[in-house]
Amino acid sequence: MTTANMRQIGVGILGWGVALVMFLPILIIGVTAFKTEQDAYALSLIFTPTLDSFREVFERSHYSTFVYNSMAVSIISTLLSLVIAVPAAYSMAFFPNRKTQKLLLWMLSTKMMPAVGVLIPIYLLAKNTGLLDSVPGLIIVYTLMNLPIAVWMAFTYFNEVPKEILEAARIDGANAWQEIWHLLLPTTLPGLSSTALLLIILSWNEAFWSLNLSSVNAAPLTVFIASYSNPEGLFWAKLSAASFLAVAPIMAVGWVAQKQLVRGMTFGAVK
Amino acid sequence: MTQQTIILPTPATPIAPPAPGRKFSPAKLLLTPSVAMLGLWMIVPLVMTLYFSVIRYNLLSPDQTGFVGLDNYRYLLEDPAFWPSIGHTLVLIVSVLLISVVGGTLMAVLFDQKFPGRGIARLFVIAPFFVMPTVGALIWKNMILHPVYGLWSHLFRLVGLEPIDWLADYPLWSIIVMVAWQWTPFAFLILLTSLQSLDQEQREAAQLDGAGPVRIFIHITLPHLKRAIAVVVMIESIFLLSIFAEIFTATAGGPGTETTNLPYLVYSIGLQQFDIGIASAGGVIAVILANIVSIFLVRMLAKNLRGEYDQ
Repeated sequence: MTTANMRQIGVGILGWGVALVMFLPILIIGVTAFKTEQDAYALSLIFTPTLDSFREVFERSHYSTFVYNSMAVSIISTLLSLVIAVPAAYSMAFFPNRKTQKLLLWMLSTKMMPAVGVLIPIYLLAKNTGLLDSVPGLIIVYTLMNLPIAVWMAFTYFNEVPKEILEAARIDGANAWQEIWHLLLPTTLPGLSSTALLLIILSWNEAFWSLNLSSVNAAPLTVFIASYSNPEGLFWAKLSAASFLAVAPIMAVGWVAQKQLVRGMTFGAVK
Repeated sequence: MTQQTIILPTPATPIAPPAPGRKFSPAKLLLTPSVAMLGLWMIVPLVMTLYFSVIRYNLLSPDQTGFVGLDNYRYLLEDPAFWPSIGHTLVLIVSVLLISVVGGTLMAVLFDQKFPGRGIARLFVIAPFFVMPTVGALIWKNMILHPVYGLWSHLFRLVGLEPIDWLADYPLWSIIVMVAWQWTPFAFLILLTSLQSLDQEQREAAQLDGAGPVRIFIHITLPHLKRAIAVVVMIESIFLLSIFAEIFTATAGGPGTETTNLPYLVYSIGLQQFDIGIASAGGVIAVILANIVSIFLVRMLAKNLRGEYDQ
């Protein structure tokens, strides 16, 4: 065997070792979710798989309500962020002026304000307007929280559109609306959809605001899972089943959108 | 050395410059909702936090009101939990940064090499970043660090050692491990992305000149990663300053106040003891800390926007 081959095998063992160690905690819930409550504490891989825990999660708790809240909050806030952000990004990408760069930086800088700095007033505002523990309340907060990322990402995608195509369309007599509808949206749709995926991931997993602003009615999955932390909630198989369902779909989305994650979360500073 | 890692697009040249002298500008109109909403989102709560921090405001004694100057700050600073909480916040940020940057760099270098199944292994590595923080905290608390049933206890008993109650004996370290587990994949993903833009020819040339892997890493790879590392450090600092869910779920700030960081302290004073005034003073301090970091980040992004790194 050549040294190059040996090296590749060594790198492979190391790489897979690292991957399994990082993935182990997720693997544990993936396995425990299919065990019975008695088997769950054994950490053994020999057991009869069962779907009982999943069934119980759905029957005993209002699990579907939490799923519904998570979905409503993340999907609607994502759509709202995009609806508000896309026109702004369009304006900044195609009609820039001297202030555009400053404005963009200012928008990004709002993302750098720590949530805890505004926790108290947001909590009180939500309380006094009846938005505390309500789905619309969380939607508003998540929309605003993700707006800078949405503007930024949409801006970079618009900026990549070759200007010649738009000019050609204009010469052919297309008006602004036709230009947006027939040219800009189709060419930037992949970018905008991956922006949407990133925003959905961020709001699905968001836990600072959800823990502080919701308790019963509007609680998304993050809050529901946190309720397992009290001692009487130590049911590993059910906890695992509930966690597995909460994590698996968004992980699939994350794997698809990993490139966009780098772009969106570093504000384009790393490509 | 190429500085291709960071390229921010500069705004495109206008296709149709807005007609001069026209009052009504559609471009401005499109911007207004975003600017107005972000402005409100940023300014209103911030002003309220500042205002609450200088008045007496306790939800449990609503009749006591009035301007108190810096009293709330004094009470906060005299709170026996305050300085430890600043300490915990800083230890948490610095430790997680160290673990995630060093770990992320080593893993990125490893995954920059070809090996069988690399694509799938890579998905496994980044997976923890997509786990919601409350789930992550509970997996670690119950299934890995638990003194009786946890994975570590099983392993310890297997080699004849007495299991350790991690969350009771090393609470802050337990939190650090949980948070680092989530953020190392983030650093890894960014550093790997940056690494893949490294010029292969440069590395091959160095190899031909007889440079070993360690020297290539120090003289070529690390300088190339410098900026990406700076970005990871700044972005993670901002998120790590607000770490809350892991602490809320795994330890509730305890035992005692051993895992209470600044966000948890503000939460506990404001939403558990209902002292809005003192909690707001804590919020102001968090904003100041975050600003120190974000000034550097914004300055760097501004340089990028002006295209200073575009050669």
